[in-house]
Amino acid sequence: MGSPPKRSHYDAVVIGCGMAGLAAAIRLAMFDRSVLVVESHNAPGGLNSFYALQGRKFDVGLHAVTNFVPPGARGTPLGKLLRQLRIPREALDLSEQVSSRIAFPGVDLRFRNGFRELAESVAAAFPEEIDGFTRLRDHVAAYDPFDAGLEVRSTRSVLQAFIRSPLLTDMILCPLLYYGSARENDIDFDQFVILWRSIFEEGFGRPLEGVRVVIRALLDRARATGVERRMKCGVRHLHSDGSRITAVELEDGYTVTADRIISTAGAPETALLCGETAAPEAGPRLSFVETITVFDGQPKNFGAEETIIFFNAAPTFAYERPADPVDLRSGVICFPNNYEYGAERQLEEGFFRVTALANYAYWKGLDEATYRSEKEAWYRRMQSAATAFLPGFDWAGVEAKRRFVDMFTPRTVEKFTRHLDGAVYGSPVKTRDGTTAFGNLFLAGTDQGFLGITGAMLSGISMANRHVLAGG
Amino acid sequence: MTKEECKQVVLDIISDIAPDESLDGLKHDVRLRDQLDLDSMDFLDIVMELRKQHGIEVPEEDYPQLASLDSCAEYLTPKFNAVSA
Ligand SMILES: Cc1cc2nc3c(=O)[nH]c(=O)nc-3n(C[C@H](O)[C@H](O)[C@H](O)COP(=O)(O)OP(=O)(O)OC[C@H]3O[C@@H](n4cnc5c(N)ncnc54)[C@H](O)[C@@H]3O)c2cc1C
Repeated sequence: MGSPPKRSHYDAVVIGCGMAGLAAAIRLAMFDRSVLVVESHNAPGGLNSFYALQGRKFDVGLHAVTNFVPPGARGTPLGKLLRQLRIPREALDLSEQVSSRIAFPGVDLRFRNGFRELAESVAAAFPEEIDGFTRLRDHVAAYDPFDAGLEVRSTRSVLQAFIRSPLLTDMILCPLLYYGSARENDIDFDQFVILWRSIFEEGFGRPLEGVRVVIRALLDRARATGVERRMKCGVRHLHSDGSRITAVELEDGYTVTADRIISTAGAPETALLCGETAAPEAGPRLSFVETITVFDGQPKNFGAEETIIFFNAAPTFAYERPADPVDLRSGVICFPNNYEYGAERQLEEGFFRVTALANYAYWKGLDEATYRSEKEAWYRRMQSAATAFLPGFDWAGVEAKRRFVDMFTPRTVEKFTRHLDGAVYGSPVKTRDGTTAFGNLFLAGTDQGFLGITGAMLSGISMANRHVLAGG
Repeated sequence: MTKEECKQVVLDIISDIAPDESLDGLKHDVRLRDQLDLDSMDFLDIVMELRKQHGIEVPEEDYPQLASLDSCAEYLTPKFNAVSA
């Protein structure tokens, strides 16, 4: 059974040692609450964890830390979260992106951190839309996405008042949906506002050594504040008396009690832990495949200087669970090498990552041998779909220098994070206030509604503040 | 504890939770929020630190009493003196 937890009763148990769970636990431990974090996987990080294969270090997900702002910028989400966790900015070692692009048939929009390039790019490609685009920017700036009194609205319906071109509408939505929509073909307008700011107004950054730098900073704080962590130990069952959670039963056989429980496992996943049946959802959950090609050399020496490229080849942009195993019509390309790491600082090998929407049921149903051969076949198709949007890129040259390939599917995501259907952004409907059917059980992270790694950390912080610390 | 000492306690807490803020030249009678980049999350931290470091409880309905350094001193000094008494 292993050694027992240090206590039999905690002020709080946090389910999940991803970004949201770690941030919540640190906040509570900072103010002397006894906290136990339980995590089913052996590594911390959740959807944005890391692993090593054949001596190489990989990030599961990290393309970019969003919300990048220069040091000293005031009142921004990145500054808030560092302050709340008391992590010095330098600990994240963020370098900013070079430049990114939204690539649709015949039209490109370019952007860097800060809004200027995007506005110039829209003015050049859609001169008749620039006034509406500017009004949209003002509308987003004035909108308070945290005002709980506002109804949840469809972004597509809001955008109609500002943008006439369906193409421009799709191009604006493409990066924002890929980086944070749990809904098919649309996104809640408050989420749109958060993502617009975090991607277009602020921007992308990355630590040279990837997501492990962020996780290390969180683990250091967790250790310093006295958070107790229990890895490779999932929650098996949350016992209740019908209105409150009375005990947390762990998979290693121990049971603890807690005044409050914060779950980052997801809303239906948490309901299942309580022995309830998960409520039917408003639409399918979205999952992705990601390919990682490692090669000898730097992308820029093969003609790729950009950081992230959001591409779509179809007449209209479809962001939905595809009927095919992988939707080759659109996707996201990332070159993690192409950040401004500074002189003499660079990843030793070249990395080329491609993400696309995928069909969970298809991948889940394959036997082991077919799964492997299908991965190989779809790897090749994804590379050709993506490289079609990289005109100067010497893909044949990269292939000749290729050292390693990895690929993961919705099945991998489910296995390592237990998110139902391998969903990356969770349930299509979010629980903004984090409350559940049980008075002392709260949600944070994915299904509370703040997405991405910055969003997940802010979610953990705000749910811990609101439901534990402010409650006395 | 005097009111001036009480203000210093509050300033020390602010410099812990917001090390990036310059506290020089703060006006004592003007709202802290108007002079510093502090939001409601930061005020929660001031309250939490008062409890943790000094055993002082500030109920949520009294948070407005912490608006300026002067109002902090008015509100908190008697609490400090009650705790140490
Ligand atoms: C391929 C990919 C690329 C991505 N790229 C980016 C990016 O570039 N930038 C960005 O900002 N975001 C990115 N994201 C999204 C980002 O990773 C997530 O939004 C964020 O990490 C969610 O954090 P979380 O803490 O809310 O949830 P999770 O990370 O899912 O954490 C939940 C944790 O709970 C654990 N758990 C579940 N059930 C149990 C149980 N019963 N008992 C104990 N533990 C349990 C899980 O194992 C998991 O560790 C990407 C995601 C993926 C998959």
